[in-house]
Amino acid sequence: MPNRQRAILILVSLSLLAVASFGLALTVGSYQVASAEVLAALLGQAGGAGDIVLQLRLPRALAGFACGGLLALAGALMQVLLRNPLADPYVLGISGGAGVGAMFAILIGLPTLGIDGLAFAGALGAMFLVFGLAHGDGSWTQTRLLLTGVIVAAGCGALVALMLSIAPDTKLRGMLFWLMGDLAQAGSSWPPLLALAIALTLAMPFARELNLLARGMMQAQALGVAVNRLRYAIFLLASLVTAASVTTAGSIGFVGLVVPHLVRLATGNDQRLLLPASVLAGGSMLVLADTLARTVIAPQQLPVGVLTALIGVPVFLFLLSRQPK
Amino acid sequence: MSSPLIETRQLVVEVGGRCVVNHLDLAVAAGERLAILGRNGAGKSTLLSTLAGLRKPAGGAVLLDGEDCLLMPPRQAALRRAWLGQFQTDPFGSTVLETALTGRHPHLGRWDWESTRDGELARNALQAVGLAGMEKRQIHTFSGGERQRLAIATLLTQAAPLYLLDEPLSHLDLNHQMAVLELFASAARDCGAGLIMVLHDPALAHRFCDRALLLYGDGRTESGAVDAILTAKTLSELYGYGLRQLEDAGHRCFIPE
Repeated sequence: MPNRQRAILILVSLSLLAVASFGLALTVGSYQVASAEVLAALLGQAGGAGDIVLQLRLPRALAGFACGGLLALAGALMQVLLRNPLADPYVLGISGGAGVGAMFAILIGLPTLGIDGLAFAGALGAMFLVFGLAHGDGSWTQTRLLLTGVIVAAGCGALVALMLSIAPDTKLRGMLFWLMGDLAQAGSSWPPLLALAIALTLAMPFARELNLLARGMMQAQALGVAVNRLRYAIFLLASLVTAASVTTAGSIGFVGLVVPHLVRLATGNDQRLLLPASVLAGGSMLVLADTLARTVIAPQQLPVGVLTALIGVPVFLFLLSRQPK
Repeated sequence: MSSPLIETRQLVVEVGGRCVVNHLDLAVAAGERLAILGRNGAGKSTLLSTLAGLRKPAGGAVLLDGEDCLLMPPRQAALRRAWLGQFQTDPFGSTVLETALTGRHPHLGRWDWESTRDGELARNALQAVGLAGMEKRQIHTFSGGERQRLAIATLLTQAAPLYLLDEPLSHLDLNHQMAVLELFASAARDCGAGLIMVLHDPALAHRFCDRALLLYGDGRTESGAVDAILTAKTLSELYGYGLRQLEDAGHRCFIPE
């Protein structure tokens, strides 16, 4: 039986996991900082390693947490919207659109702000394109939405490939890192954190209605859910959430697909718990993956998207093979 | 007498541009049981979902408790009628108890969680359909018949005064068919529930309903008390196949010729 105490207990444990992931992210790196020094820096005492912690590692960890949380939230919402356990934040072409924008910006040599701006514009463009095309005849079914998204994503992929093939060698590395997802390019961490807080606040009041939507549109409507309005809202919210993450750190893979599944497997499919738990777990997972990405071959850095995929693929295959037949 | 639980006014229902119900006036009051019969594709399910307010009629109106169901917030409608669909698809896992509890949704506030009382209602409903003790089972492990009974338990948990049932007997074996029909008949008799159900067996319709509505599929409809309307003559015309009528202990039985 769904139970609020149990949900709170799980969320508290996941919050501790998040704190632990931050602890690791702030101490570990090419330059080791003692945990006492980290604490001192966080409490505002100037010290030797304070700058590394406050100027470099903390903003990056915060951005990582925000992006991981955003992706997991978007993934959970998309899976309900499409009633498809294999849906992820990128399935409807949002990241494809952002990729086209970002590649173009890098190709013509725009600064970071320009890359972010065009990436966000591309994501919005893809969102409205999918929305308009899928909504065309008013039927707005899951299959139609999914197909439209997949086709738009494929089109964007072709454009990205085109730009990669005509890009000069000097720009290729930056473009590839963006595509794989990389937190080193993250600017300020406040926009994604703010987006995460707002999105979760907007989604939570509808969590029980999402439970019903996951069981079927007609059933949900019969049980008192304003299904069409809810689906529009979830589509917009999940798309904007994805756009916020992709704009910050490129298209980091697998967090949005695997984390909601992991959480669902551990706690059940009650969105009242699944949504906040996915945010905490996704954020923690990305902070940990990014810490690994900074340290595995330090001082060289890997794009974090490579690590999430490397971790994500076997985990997902394992889950899939365990699913009840 | 109070206003009927559901009432249609000059209702027109179309399926793919074809009119299947033309200007239907119908009312079902508390305690009344109505069967909808017709051939495959005659528009029975479409009519039922229109009655539930899940589909816009091509003309006319459906009133729940005297109010137009399309103008009503979905949650209000869910408190006045419960609808059983033909198909249950479950892309995500869930336990049996969780599934039965979804029926409580319209009764709960936005931030409410299910209370112990809600849990009790769900458990009672599961017991009523013979699924006691299976609360923790995953719905994926259920057979078609068990899944159908779970859907009925969810409907009972919703505790609405009017039940709209689309083929409530599908996947059920004989004893459960009778048990389910007895269950709804007693809800009508003892609790004053209204009942509209799409059925395929005219004998069961005769036994468990007061009235029947026949859909001919071309817009023509005919309704009346079961004794008068469920005869070999009308049913032979309805199904386009000759039927013979037998009677035993007040129950009618129809045999294909």
